[in-house]
Amino acid sequence: MPEVLKAPLVVEFPFTRSLGPVQSAFLTGLREGVVLGVKAADGRVLVPPVEYDPVTAEEIRDLVEVAPTGTVTTWAWNHEPRRGQPLGTPFAWVLVRLDGAGTALLHALDAPGPDAVRTGMRVRIRWAQERTGAITDIACFEPYDGEAVQPAGHSGEFTDPVTGIVTPARLDYTYAPGRAQSDYIHALSGRRTVGERCPSCRKVYVPPRGACPTCGVATVEHVEVGPRGTVTTFCIVNIKAKNLDIEVPYVYAHIALDGADLALHARIGGIPYDQVRMGLRVEPVWTEDARYPDHYRPSGEPDADYETYKELL
Amino acid sequence: MSKEPVAVVGVGQTRHVAARRDVSIAGLVREAAQRALRDAELTWNDIDAVVIGKAPDFFEGLMMPELYLADALGAVGKPMLRVHTAGSVGGSTALVAANLVAARVHGTVLTLAFEKQSESNAMWGLSLPIPFQQPLLAGAGGFFAPHVRAYMRRSGAPDTIGALVAYKDRRNALKNPYAHLHEHGITLEKVLGAPMLWDPIRYSETCPSSDGACAMVLTDRAGAARAPRPPAWLLGGAMRSEPTLFAGKDFVSPRAGRDCAADVYRQAGIADPRRDIDAVEMYVPFSWYEPMWLENLGFAEEGGGWKLTESGVTELDGDLPVNMSGGVLSTNPIGASGMLRFAEAALQVRGLAGEHQVDGARKVLGHAYGGGSQFFSMWLVGSEPPGA
Repeated sequence: MPEVLKAPLVVEFPFTRSLGPVQSAFLTGLREGVVLGVKAADGRVLVPPVEYDPVTAEEIRDLVEVAPTGTVTTWAWNHEPRRGQPLGTPFAWVLVRLDGAGTALLHALDAPGPDAVRTGMRVRIRWAQERTGAITDIACFEPYDGEAVQPAGHSGEFTDPVTGIVTPARLDYTYAPGRAQSDYIHALSGRRTVGERCPSCRKVYVPPRGACPTCGVATVEHVEVGPRGTVTTFCIVNIKAKNLDIEVPYVYAHIALDGADLALHARIGGIPYDQVRMGLRVEPVWTEDARYPDHYRPSGEPDADYETYKELL
Repeated sequence: MSKEPVAVVGVGQTRHVAARRDVSIAGLVREAAQRALRDAELTWNDIDAVVIGKAPDFFEGLMMPELYLADALGAVGKPMLRVHTAGSVGGSTALVAANLVAARVHGTVLTLAFEKQSESNAMWGLSLPIPFQQPLLAGAGGFFAPHVRAYMRRSGAPDTIGALVAYKDRRNALKNPYAHLHEHGITLEKVLGAPMLWDPIRYSETCPSSDGACAMVLTDRAGAARAPRPPAWLLGGAMRSEPTLFAGKDFVSPRAGRDCAADVYRQAGIADPRRDIDAVEMYVPFSWYEPMWLENLGFAEEGGGWKLTESGVTELDGDLPVNMSGGVLSTNPIGASGMLRFAEAALQVRGLAGEHQVDGARKVLGHAYGGGSQFFSMWLVGSEPPGA
């Protein structure tokens, strides 16, 4: 049995976020070296601030400056910092209640080791060298044994507020397509298209998934299909898609390979785009080292009768 | 034991636009929720539970809305659930909320759906580079356009039908202050003159990308009796799903859609939907889906949907108005789009749809679908309670 395939899959995107009035003030404050909380109906100052009172659900907008010093309320040691974390060397994740705040803020504490960290220890903000209006403007916290710093009573009004941020997300996966897809891909490397037949409904699935979605039973019987097929339906693409190096217009078609019970999708070439039609008979065109046919072109056979493929539409 | 009748007593939505840079996502959902509460003349304290829905996580990179939005939706100390069924999610979310009331688990439930498309890229979310797989060569329109061509072939519809739908929906949107697109001076010639993106789909026949939210307050008989404005009563609601691809899948008229509609009609005692239902708000992201869904939902025989569109039956002043609000073609915050359909159906039977009100609308169907035409959710609401 051929090996089951595996490959890395990285999913990443720079999502943006509009901040709204409260987060805008908070992050602009960090840029200016000021920490702002918001006063809730019960008098507590919430840091980081929220837009809506967690107890009464009412809108809250009463911004209050708190101190850059505070107390660790709990912590956990991080032995192996990962990509994108606040510090490159082992550090403590800490919840810090800043002086003047009623809630604690999650951040990193730069400490030589877990023995140097305890609940109740005093810490202060170490500001980042370059500040842009982001939580990373606080580089981290550091141990502090001086006096509590009195906040200056900032109003929360800024002349050039930050209104939006970019929050890049990245997920690292190892993708394994499974036994059936691996078999399919191995066969393609020999330029053969091999599907699987459902033992119950007898339908041939291309590409195979290892189970029949209708009957819910495993499929194991390999069936070679094609290489020729019939265009069941199509569209003419007139807009260039990002990351696709294909000249427009081109035809994107559903092709029922001979012997397959559902159509796969591919580009049609070797014929002017406006002459492609439903029922056109096509064959694959391979390029060197490609996993899939580059496109399909007319095979020269007469068009298929509508009745022969209407169930595959 | 019979089910508790469910009433819609509050409806709220944001003014949908391309980008709401002035609010956070919390601020956006809050606006819709407060409008629904105001419509119902209720406060956060009157809500027993919150049911929220949004588009697939990669669409806007927001993975746990039920966590992040609890404060904004007054859900602290209350049950809060999240529902997830691709583009149909707004409809499914409302039905989960309705079921909680029908089962007498809760008396009054706030349900809400949203999307801030401006902070993300749905096309990116739909085309992750899965190893070993061939990339989708054509985008969302390219996925659906071949099915439109298949419908045209099967039904023999003239190729101008899609443009008629877009022209109608954009004119309806002019009467809806919440709609995203307000194309003053729209003409059929302009619709027909727009470039073909994915032939047979023109640019003018596709939906916009919107920021918006929609909320509803659902309640029991006691809640409805206290409501300041007429309620909409749930007469039938159902969901169905099927795989994206399988041998024998009918993309033009998916079985899950037909079965879902049949279930709704059975619950509501609808023998002939064309005769018994006054208007339909359906999920039409590309114009041709109007005639396709008219057939799938049983308003026309197979191959006959386009004739209703062509003869003006689905116009706002027609015999069976479709997409009175302007529909998805005029407003598309994907996660909220399904709920907007359900909410429009409720507004119509409450007589509160404003300039796009259909006179005498007593039974109206709300419809949503999503994924590769594989998730369906629908409700039929009426001006009178069930059994009346």
